[in-house]
Amino acid sequence: MRYTRLAHVLALCVGLLAMAASAQEIEDHKSYPGTGDRTLRIISTADLEVFEPYILAFQEDRPDLTVDYTVASSIELYRAIRGGGVYDLALSSAMDLQLQLANDGFARSYRSTQTDALPEWARWRDLIFAFTAESAVVILSVDSLQGAPLPLTRQELILLLREHPERFLGKVGTYDLRESGLGYLFATQEARSTDAYWRLSEVMGRLDPLLYCCSGQMVDDVISGRLVLAYNVLGSYAAERLAGETGGKVQIVRMQDFANVMLRTAIIPATAQEVEAAGALIDGLLELGLRDDPGDWPLPPLRQTGEVSSAGFGPIRLGPALMIYLDPLNRRAFLDEWENAMEQDTDPR
Amino acid sequence: MIRSMSIGRRLTLLLAGVAALLSLLSWSMVSGLARQAAARTQDNVLAASASTIAETLRSEQGEVRLELPYSAFSMLGAISEDRVFYRVTAGERLLTGYSDLPAPEPDQANSRVTFGNGTYRGAEVRMVSVRRVVLAGDRPVSVIVTVAQTLDGVAAISGQISRFAAGLSLAFFVLAVGLSEIAVRTSLRPLNSFAQSVSRRGPSDLRPLRPGAPAELVPLRGALNRLMERLAQSIRRSEDFIAEAAHRVRTPLATVRAQAEIALRSTSDAEDRHRLRQIIRAVDESSRSAGQLLDHATVAFRAEHLARDPVDLAELVNQTTEALTPTAEMKDIELKATTVSVTVHGDAVLLYSALRNVLDNAIKYSPEDTTVRIDISEAGAEARISISDEGPGFGAGPAEELKERFRRGGNTEGVVGSGLGLTIAADVLAAHGGRLDLGAGQKGEGACVTLVLPTS
Repeated sequence: MRYTRLAHVLALCVGLLAMAASAQEIEDHKSYPGTGDRTLRIISTADLEVFEPYILAFQEDRPDLTVDYTVASSIELYRAIRGGGVYDLALSSAMDLQLQLANDGFARSYRSTQTDALPEWARWRDLIFAFTAESAVVILSVDSLQGAPLPLTRQELILLLREHPERFLGKVGTYDLRESGLGYLFATQEARSTDAYWRLSEVMGRLDPLLYCCSGQMVDDVISGRLVLAYNVLGSYAAERLAGETGGKVQIVRMQDFANVMLRTAIIPATAQEVEAAGALIDGLLELGLRDDPGDWPLPPLRQTGEVSSAGFGPIRLGPALMIYLDPLNRRAFLDEWENAMEQDTDPR
Repeated sequence: MIRSMSIGRRLTLLLAGVAALLSLLSWSMVSGLARQAAARTQDNVLAASASTIAETLRSEQGEVRLELPYSAFSMLGAISEDRVFYRVTAGERLLTGYSDLPAPEPDQANSRVTFGNGTYRGAEVRMVSVRRVVLAGDRPVSVIVTVAQTLDGVAAISGQISRFAAGLSLAFFVLAVGLSEIAVRTSLRPLNSFAQSVSRRGPSDLRPLRPGAPAELVPLRGALNRLMERLAQSIRRSEDFIAEAAHRVRTPLATVRAQAEIALRSTSDAEDRHRLRQIIRAVDESSRSAGQLLDHATVAFRAEHLARDPVDLAELVNQTTEALTPTAEMKDIELKATTVSVTVHGDAVLLYSALRNVLDNAIKYSPEDTTVRIDISEAGAEARISISDEGPGFGAGPAEELKERFRRGGNTEGVVGSGLGLTIAADVLAAHGGRLDLGAGQKGEGACVTLVLPTS
């Protein structure tokens, strides 16, 4: 009984992912023609509508360049670069995969006054450059609280889920760590930092969670009411999508006990052909990353004056330690444990 | 060319060379040590990292298991931004990591930790292998954990320290050059003061140099002293010789003069008398010159060991005037002395000789039937004896040169003289700390010679 149920959930997930993936393949590749015959090929994890303003701003400065933008999941991106795919710039939210690429020699070093201006924690070896700092948040619909206060720590969230499983059963969403590089990064860093992660995973696992590949879909599903709670969503996406929604029915909550801050990073792949143009785009992104005023760009800058700095959690450190959880043995062990936590029977024991 | 270079510059250059050498040496040593220290730090962290991984090795159901601990790589990331590669093998089987990463050859078969250098993915790497035996089931399996890191961090740290050391060495070098310049100047000061003490000496000061030179200058001082002693001896010998010669000449000259006078008196032939008078005048002049030579030798001798007896100048003037009155009378010259009693300390014989020579000169160059005035005066710490005549004066040439030996004035044609008179007087006065002033007489006529002596 419980295994058939699990199979259904899995089938649903796979189906959703397959649909999402096929939809992506058609939609999420776009060319922005320029006047010249040079083409800058970008592979990125950022959704098209999120990154489009940056491309247009770049083309104002360099109208001669055609920009070819491909959206891929962080794991696809990693495999593409590792497999020798020819791109001039790789932008990814999965810091660990980016670092692994750089460490293993798949990135080309780049230096400019902009890269020198970056704080030390925002770059590694002139190979990786961070241009945004985005935090992981929880979004939930206020209705599910039924008057109770917003949960501000994992402990409070665990209590809420435990005490009212009927409100949340089948309506909780989080990343599928097997599919999402960013989800895996968030999960491993969180597991390293707080023991509440596994307890929370256990509790969520009992609530038939829906597993997603991407933040955007989770946010959409919370807005549509399909989900009441999404855990570890990228705050920048949530804020972007909720900006248009009214009513304040969906709240973004930043955990006070610990919050991951991810750095969106750029590397110039070793296969790059338009190195100069890629460097120019990196410089532009870093200039925006170091801006003081968030402005109305879709992605937040590295130094945020608002919510991020007040919480006092630094961003995830760029360094070889990120490779630890990418080790096949470690990854297998972590995913085993995670699967055990997520895919369990919902019947009370 | 090197030989004529100044000792100071040579020393400074030499010291600067030494400082440069030492600076270079210290820089290369510090750089080497920095590189070693950085390399050792990396080795230690690499070994710690590999050991941390090896500690997680365990056996589960007959299989070797491990879990890479976060700290194993975070410690590597903490010291530098170097790329990290790793490999774990159990026996022949790869457990995890980069399959093509070479492992350093263990230098001893059973050493636990092995270090090595190599190249991996186009970069120089430092590698460490930690060996551990794990019991898988019932058979022991040798597990090798290899961790490698690129060397950029080590190069960066040692380069940074090396640049810092280079700056320090340069500063040290500049400081050392400055200090050696000072040291050279200080240590050459005795040489300069020695040279000055030699050059400051009077022309006839041949006394030995005072002791007290630095040890390095003692041989030079000794050599100089010996040279001056020989010189003094040689001078003394020639003075002796001159005195002896003058003395020997004077006696026969006196005889010739006496005979010539007798002959003069006993002949009435005008031509003969004229000749005889010429003979007598020539003999007189010769005898006077001989006397002056003798005086000169006496001055040179006595000035070396100058007596400091009280001498009354009035008495001295009277004595001299008396002695020269006969000579003056021959030319109808009046010697008019105005004296006050002034006492100086000195050698009466020398002072007499000086005054007599000056007065003798005055008489000699005065026309007949004139007056030579001798005045004594005292002003401040100086006593002055002025001898003024009505003769032609010292002419146009520089008067001071007349004090040189055998130097005679430009307007003395027709007057026989040796040129020694003023020299003798000047030497005597110099020996007494005084001087001889030459000038024109009152109203700008004639000559006025003043003997100036200190009164105390």
